[in-house]
Amino acid sequence: MKVDHLLKQTCEWLRGTGPNSDIVMSSRVRLARNLETQPFSHWATKKQEKETLESLESAALSTDLLGGGLHVRIADVDDVDKQFLLERHLISREHIVQPEYKAVVIGDKEIVSVMINEEDHLRIQVMQSGFNLQECWRVSNRLDDAMHKKVKFAFVPEWGYLTACPTNTGTGLRASVMLHLPALVMTKQITRVLQAITKLGMTARGLYGEGTEAEGNFFQISNQITLGSSEEDIIDNLERIIRQVIGHEENARKTLMKQNREVLQDKIWRANGTLRSAHIINTKEMMGLLSMVRLGVDMGLITDIDRRAVNELFILTQPAHLQKIEGKVLSSVQRDIKRANLIRRRLEGR
Amino acid sequence: MLCDECGKNKATVHLTEIINEQITKLNLCEACAKEKGSDVEQHFGIADLLAALSDAETTTQTPAQGGAVAAKTKCAHCGLAYEDFKKIGRLGCSECYAAFRASLLPLLKRIHGAQQHMGKTPHPDLLKEQKLSSKLHEELEATKQELAKAVKREDFEEAAALRDKVKFLEKKMKEHHPKELKS
Repeated sequence: MKVDHLLKQTCEWLRGTGPNSDIVMSSRVRLARNLETQPFSHWATKKQEKETLESLESAALSTDLLGGGLHVRIADVDDVDKQFLLERHLISREHIVQPEYKAVVIGDKEIVSVMINEEDHLRIQVMQSGFNLQECWRVSNRLDDAMHKKVKFAFVPEWGYLTACPTNTGTGLRASVMLHLPALVMTKQITRVLQAITKLGMTARGLYGEGTEAEGNFFQISNQITLGSSEEDIIDNLERIIRQVIGHEENARKTLMKQNREVLQDKIWRANGTLRSAHIINTKEMMGLLSMVRLGVDMGLITDIDRRAVNELFILTQPAHLQKIEGKVLSSVQRDIKRANLIRRRLEGR
Repeated sequence: MLCDECGKNKATVHLTEIINEQITKLNLCEACAKEKGSDVEQHFGIADLLAALSDAETTTQTPAQGGAVAAKTKCAHCGLAYEDFKKIGRLGCSECYAAFRASLLPLLKRIHGAQQHMGKTPHPDLLKEQKLSSKLHEELEATKQELAKAVKREDFEEAAALRDKVKFLEKKMKEHHPKELKS
């Protein structure tokens, strides 16, 4: 119930604006922080978890970025709501498991949010539309400072911010960019590009993070190393690599238009036709077709719908979102029908 | 979901490999993920961490690192034993870093290729009560001693790294003048 009003707004990261937003869906920075005196979440007693939850909730709500924000204790909401928050990238999969004493505080327009008692006591997250990591870092750094005035974060000069897992020690910073790379997939260059990214110390994953497939030709690329470089250097380095990937995707799009124009147009217009006609459609099929429609919009072929409307469809048609829109639990068959309805309506501008 | 390898334990590690456009999904329990860890190049996830942890045992320690931590060693603050960390890949509290220092140093080096934080340092006033000054001071003194030892045994690679660390710590000490907090 509490999360219902989020349905009425578009999250900032779906707006389809900002630098390179034809290829970059969104940018995100997350910072991992822990209280100095409490054991890490997985090793804490119930009493300690409760103390951590309460002190971080009040610290978060006292900042100007999160004061007046939406505050949700995960244990208080039903499974559909949990899934709904996950689909909007406001909480992680890990945050849904054993939800007792876990919470999320969400700021205006869903730009800033914090997860409490995840793997680390505090995970600060800032998201922006388009290629805009610098702004994400600037805002998350400001929230980190504001919260550190209220609580003591574990920090030592030698190792920086101390985290539950040594893979996050140091800056505790994970910067990631969500890229839409259909032309690299179609021209079969994607594997080579992803391999190169991995060799450069970055990680590539699907739309919903760790262990998810690259559905809809979306790839999340993030830094792996958190210790030994400054936050600015980590972000610079990632930005340099992302700019190259964007360049490759742009070239692949041009090549397709030059050498395989009819094939490309056929794919885009068939996808558009199917989505505007289908009465039953599952998530997987939809993701593939909607990816083609987005490409059509980005290349100026489809002009009667804007990028933001397409971006919104990727999220609104996810299982929990459909159930929230309908206001009831739906079976998978019912969802496939509602999904097709929603897409038809939206693509016709209704 | 059960583990694809052993079919006995609950799968907690989910991996997606893309080789020549072929997507392979693997659902593994932690034990099997650890075994397969070396095959998966993708990203430094829990599988790699656990594999690195078991490798770290056989890695020879430099004298400066003072040898590996014994499995039974416990963190005095939270009670987590080093062998628990090796099983779950998570430390118990911030004090564990000091308790398991000798084994964490090579592990951090392996994960990040570095052992010294070079990023953000909270405003000095925020760290005053956290005894940063004294920790910085202790750290600086210990590093200087390690540097002297490294020079003596003509380990110049180690000495160069330690010299950089001394410089970094001295810079941090200088920054550490109490100032008015900016709002």
